[in-house]
Amino acid sequence: MTDTNYKPAGKAPFPPGRAGGWAFILHLADNALIIGQRNAEWCGHGPALEQDIAITNISLDQIGQARMLYNYAATLYNGFDSNEKTAVDHLVPRLWKAYNRELEEDDLAFLRDERQYLNLLLAELPKGDWAQTVLRQFFFSAFQFYQYTELQKSSDTQLSAIAEKSIKEVTYHLRWSAEWVIRLGDGTEESRRRITDALGELWMFTGEAFKPAPYEVIAVEDLKGAWIEKVATVFAEADLELPKSGWSQAGGKEGKHTEHLGYLLADMQYLQRTYPDSTW
Amino acid sequence: MSVQELDKIFQDKIDAEIRIEPKDWMPEKYRQNLIRQISQHAHSEIVGMLPEGNWISRAPSLKRKQILIAKVQDEAGHGLYLYSAAETLGITRDQMTEQLLSGKAKYSSIFNYPTTTWADMGVIGWLVDGAAIMNQVPLCRTSYGPYSRAMIRVCKEESFHQRQGFESLLVLSKGTDDQRAMLQDAIDRWWWPSLMMFGPTDDESPNSQLSMKWKIKRFTNDELRQRFVDMCAEQVKLLNMTLPDPDLKWNEERKHYDFGAINWEEFWNVVSGNGPCNKQRLDARNKAWEKGAWVREAAVAHAEKRRARLKSEAA
Repeated sequence: MTDTNYKPAGKAPFPPGRAGGWAFILHLADNALIIGQRNAEWCGHGPALEQDIAITNISLDQIGQARMLYNYAATLYNGFDSNEKTAVDHLVPRLWKAYNRELEEDDLAFLRDERQYLNLLLAELPKGDWAQTVLRQFFFSAFQFYQYTELQKSSDTQLSAIAEKSIKEVTYHLRWSAEWVIRLGDGTEESRRRITDALGELWMFTGEAFKPAPYEVIAVEDLKGAWIEKVATVFAEADLELPKSGWSQAGGKEGKHTEHLGYLLADMQYLQRTYPDSTW
Repeated sequence: MSVQELDKIFQDKIDAEIRIEPKDWMPEKYRQNLIRQISQHAHSEIVGMLPEGNWISRAPSLKRKQILIAKVQDEAGHGLYLYSAAETLGITRDQMTEQLLSGKAKYSSIFNYPTTTWADMGVIGWLVDGAAIMNQVPLCRTSYGPYSRAMIRVCKEESFHQRQGFESLLVLSKGTDDQRAMLQDAIDRWWWPSLMMFGPTDDESPNSQLSMKWKIKRFTNDELRQRFVDMCAEQVKLLNMTLPDPDLKWNEERKHYDFGAINWEEFWNVVSGNGPCNKQRLDARNKAWEKGAWVREAAVAHAEKRRARLKSEAA
């Protein structure tokens, strides 16, 4: 189902993650964490036990990816010289600065403010109904698949290793979510109406992934063709119409979010902020 | 063969520790007793996902979040194996679900208590999973084959959860004053409900005697409860915390801990629907089931369309 022969005409593999690429690592980590946090909301509430397990498995994979990336970002930061630290200071959690210890993965996840989060808007949207969850996952996983395919070529060996490990998981997420899109598109009248509604909600959030941010070291605009092709193939099988490209919401990559992210972070970060610098 | 003869063969097998398998003859009461017990156990796993699921979004570190999600997911898995084991006795998963959702079937009352702080996650691992393991380890040798095999898997995962729970409590116990206070408070709230998990005292337990004869159960409620108290009274010392029972003390003569009276009035009230979260838990399960109906229907409809297409292609 997944097009493993994909070879985009991208830029040359990008350089190791010094300060220039640091925001990019956070962007990758934030994407994985935020969508993972959303998917975990299904735990105990899924439409069937097997699907409850499947969606929380995906969430676990995503949180695992986020951890590897935050860990790497923290390690890099701790090794930065003072100029590099200044260059990324706007992304460093303010509360952590009072702790007088090295930066850790959890500081990045639990202490950064909304404006410091760099995830795609698509990842933070509410889980909605099952149709919205699986369609969002499909759009996201299809993008992540091509993005991680590129990342595997990175000369930053840490990042390429993370991509290599993660792409196995992403390949499964893509297959699982594509199957659900097809099932709902070609299921009952109600499921078709719901997946169509979900498409109406989500489509304008898909374009952001392909608009490069200044820190982005992959030529994301070059991934769009393969992504559209993948979406079109699955939509054809689901008997869904591919919407025309229109106006896209954007801003998440620069820390300008929807109203939804603030609530997600308030909930997620509450213990770390209430009991600062405690060990859990 | 007469029922008496069949019954004799059945009891001889039980006495000789030979497992009863789905196709074997069994007394109707044995079958009903098992369906009740296994489905109650499965429901407990499923409802038990809710109080812990309550803290997934707020887990205080990414590692703890992963551990908690994986744990709740294991519970869904236990529910699955147990429903499958019960299905071998001639009841469907949908029928059992219906019994849970209508309030006809019971589940472990402990899940009708609220999880109000993070420390509850570790304390549930330690006390609630600990009590469950105490109840469940003997079930690995229970007389009905599919149940016994399901329980072997369940117990392996449960003891892992219990160790994880206790480990997270050790961290809290070495933490700040606020964290230690949070821990003591959680122990105080969960201790008595955990003791109630072993069920009524032996002389008040209606199903126990027959279950012992048929080796569905191997120890009485009071025997298991005593073992649990003895274990926890020692473990709590490792946390430098206390159990909320002024009567708890070592009895040299009995070689067991004595402990105070359980509030059975509370127990029976929570069992019969008056616990703090009974309604909330059942509502959550009903809502998930109802909101999932269109998804399950779509999956069935799509599978049928596919089958029909394959058939017409083959023709």
